[in-house]
Amino acid sequence: MSEIQFDALLPYTLLAASSMVIILLIAFRLSHTVIQVVGFLLLCLVIAALLKVRSSLPIAILPLFQIDGFALLFTGLIIFCVSIIGLLSYIYFEEREENPKEYYILLFLATLGAAILTISRHFISLFIGVELLSVSLYALIGYLRTRNNAVEAGMKYLVLAALSSAFLLFGMALIYMDAGTMEFAAIAQKISGHPATSPLVIMGAGIMIVAIGFKLALVPFHLWAADVYQGAPTPVTLFIATVSKIGVFAVLVRFALAIDLQHYPQASTVFSILAIASMIVGNVLALRQQNIKRLLAYSSIAHFGYLLVAFLTGGGAGVEAAFFYLLAYSITLLSAFGVVTLLSTRQRDAEDLTTYRGLFRKDPLMAAVLTVALFSLAGIPLTAGFPAKFFVLTAGVRLHLWPPVITLVLTSVIGLYYYLRVISVLFEGSPHLEIKERTLHPFFYTATYATLAALLLLLCLLGVFPGSIVEGIRAYLLI
Amino acid sequence: MMLPGMIMTLLIGGLLSWMAARWNAVLSKWIALLAVGADLSLAGYWWFHFRDAASSGSSWFIDFQTGWIPSFGIGFHVAMDGLGLVLLLLTFFLGILAVLCSWQEIKERTGFFYFNLLWTLAGISGVFVAMDLFLFYFFWEVMLVPMFFLISIWGDARRRYAAYKFFIFTQAGGLLMLLAILALYFIHGRQTGTYTFDYFSLLHTSLASSVSRWILSGFLIAFAIKLPAVPFHSWLPDAHSEAPTAGSLLLAGLLLKTGAYGIIRFVLPLFPRESAAIAWWAILAGVIAIVYGALLAFAQTDLKRLIAYTSVSHMGFVLLGIFSFSEIAMQGAVMQILTHGISTGALFVMAGMLKERLHTRDIEQMGGLWTSMPVMGGAALLFTMASLGLPMLGNFIAEFLILLGTFSASVPLAVIASFGLVLSALYSLRMVRKVFLGPADLPLKDLSVRELLILAAMSIGIIALGLYPQPVIDMVRTTVRQLVTR
Repeated sequence: MSEIQFDALLPYTLLAASSMVIILLIAFRLSHTVIQVVGFLLLCLVIAALLKVRSSLPIAILPLFQIDGFALLFTGLIIFCVSIIGLLSYIYFEEREENPKEYYILLFLATLGAAILTISRHFISLFIGVELLSVSLYALIGYLRTRNNAVEAGMKYLVLAALSSAFLLFGMALIYMDAGTMEFAAIAQKISGHPATSPLVIMGAGIMIVAIGFKLALVPFHLWAADVYQGAPTPVTLFIATVSKIGVFAVLVRFALAIDLQHYPQASTVFSILAIASMIVGNVLALRQQNIKRLLAYSSIAHFGYLLVAFLTGGGAGVEAAFFYLLAYSITLLSAFGVVTLLSTRQRDAEDLTTYRGLFRKDPLMAAVLTVALFSLAGIPLTAGFPAKFFVLTAGVRLHLWPPVITLVLTSVIGLYYYLRVISVLFEGSPHLEIKERTLHPFFYTATYATLAALLLLLCLLGVFPGSIVEGIRAYLLI
Repeated sequence: MMLPGMIMTLLIGGLLSWMAARWNAVLSKWIALLAVGADLSLAGYWWFHFRDAASSGSSWFIDFQTGWIPSFGIGFHVAMDGLGLVLLLLTFFLGILAVLCSWQEIKERTGFFYFNLLWTLAGISGVFVAMDLFLFYFFWEVMLVPMFFLISIWGDARRRYAAYKFFIFTQAGGLLMLLAILALYFIHGRQTGTYTFDYFSLLHTSLASSVSRWILSGFLIAFAIKLPAVPFHSWLPDAHSEAPTAGSLLLAGLLLKTGAYGIIRFVLPLFPRESAAIAWWAILAGVIAIVYGALLAFAQTDLKRLIAYTSVSHMGFVLLGIFSFSEIAMQGAVMQILTHGISTGALFVMAGMLKERLHTRDIEQMGGLWTSMPVMGGAALLFTMASLGLPMLGNFIAEFLILLGTFSASVPLAVIASFGLVLSALYSLRMVRKVFLGPADLPLKDLSVRELLILAAMSIGIIALGLYPQPVIDMVRTTVRQLVTR
């Protein structure tokens, strides 16, 4: 590895070192607050490193990694999400007083896994990333082990994720058997040479789709989603919904770009069926939910269906639309789950819809954040979700993908119903919301409130002026 | 800069009014009144300023353009012609009345109420001036959200159901329209190489008839839901009857008009051949709406629902006027938009006043109100007469012009539509008899000065339009003529 390559890898080595630093801090018995602050500073360092390496890109570190603008964008988004999740975790875990420190090690390791996925160009690095991510998640999901659903959720995820890893490995092996290589580019070359794709590759790819579909919670591999979302601690739920899916989606896109998915009509058909099924099932299952975490779980299934529409179009415009969608979706979920975290009490999470009745009276800012977030998920103008959905639709219409596009439109009308249901609960009268006792240091509350307000502003800004962001994304993707 | 300024006034006014309510609820009302008043006077100024320009035949008075999302060919393009100006004037006129008529009715969360009211108005006025299809869709959606809140927070007992239904219906139509807009955008882009949402560029798209039929139906469904045309009308009675008074006023007076406006501005010019092809069916739908709406109105016992169904009937006339493709009928349609906005708006305002006093909308429980409220009785009679099309009042001019124009397009349909006038007499007179005549019951307070002011302004409007409609006809002539001669 040359020096330039080493430099380019800097953000990722920093990220790996971060978890070591956290371990050391714990060894020295430093307080939760110190760990929290240091963790945040480390993430800032990673961001700085990302900006620093930008000028020397793209760089390939053969055979495993490819660091380019695409990777920077996705890694940046992941780090951004993690920094906010970290902030939310402080309040959440400090209140529960269940030895929260080791949590941060796992969080950083999982982040590292997701980040590695964004730069991998080889099956081995893909697998390492996926495993780092899932193994940390097993522990994270069950972290509050004394709570009712935590262990159930952790077990469920463990069994299914292990199964999907096995599928992933088997799929890779099959493709390797035919192509004789594990590099994306080389595989692409091998299989495009033959006029007819060999059955081994088809089978391998099919099995890998199962594994990827599981990680992204696409229908019909979505059965774990609602239970895990509900059982996991809220910040971890947020992590699964954003970071872990961003990472897996990034590697999926990179693989699709490498092998040029458009040239394989069967693959496109499979993905459009997955997209259509996810949109329909996700939205329909969310309709009657009374638990906001489960509701958001089903809605995120639907949203990855929408995202697949952009993915299906492939090429520059598709990636651009998909990334913008992910950005809007992440900010939206961060603000929605942020509100859930802040309202959670020590005994239980604020997941029942009745807890939110009359929130607008009690705490207008929280209610406003949640309202705007839900509108954004529904794709209403003035919020980030609107341009996001618009770009996805644009990408879809451009390539005449009528069945998924029309499903998108119709199911988002269904989706409106349950978003509006939550919103109208917020504005209902008869507030019997118990005011939470604020035992923690006020600084963290102020910081969290300020962050949520900033996210709210960001959502509106993205909604009204998406132009410059799109230009920025385009510029990065060209690197 | 004037047009964006006009919209910004409402947006900022709404925000200020929301903030002000934290300290003083009265202040927030005055801010709302001032903001709408400023826009009304601006529109009034434009009216006198551009009157000569309109009669000399120039079509676009103001045109403002700036980039928004250039990488997708989306611009912030707003422009105003005679039609736009007339509708803006109606918007702000009804807007100011909506502010006034909620002065006492809204007692809780006043600031947020006026915020929503003003943002709805901003969305509506944006729709009337947007000349970029993306921007149009944007405003089209922007007016929905605050309206949803108006219904779902300050509405009546079944408000949540009504609000959902309203939102989901219009959103479904809106998304189909978005698909149609996108399809048009790409077809135009492939033909010319420039990808743009600009209205004036898209006008020159040549479409294969198989494609254009689909695109047309995307637009048409969105507008037919808003209009509403039968069978897309079922959201309307619920939304109108559950909304607070100001909400009903805006819904009946303005939101329905955006559907009609959309057909006039977008469907006819973008798809001249196809809309000529479906004209007969559209007229038929209009006739069905006229008769069906009138029959259902006759059967209602809920006052606001009754008025809501008369809207269905009256908006059928608009559909009739638009698709007759004669200048006279089109003028009639524009007149109907204005006069229906005022007359039905006034009826809703009065229904709201009755509800404040009686706490019911059931006309079976009313009766004999004339004895205690002669002034309101007189006003109600005036607007009922207007809505059944009595000469001298605005609606007569509108319906007469429409029927005149339709007669040349299709005699049998025009004849059936004329029967609608008879039916409208039936339901209107029944309403007046049930509510105001009969044995006197309770002593009630007659109109206050504020309420009198509202009704007086509307009465003057409807009589002026009935006696001297020529200025309006002159103002929209150029636009209408371009549509018909196309």
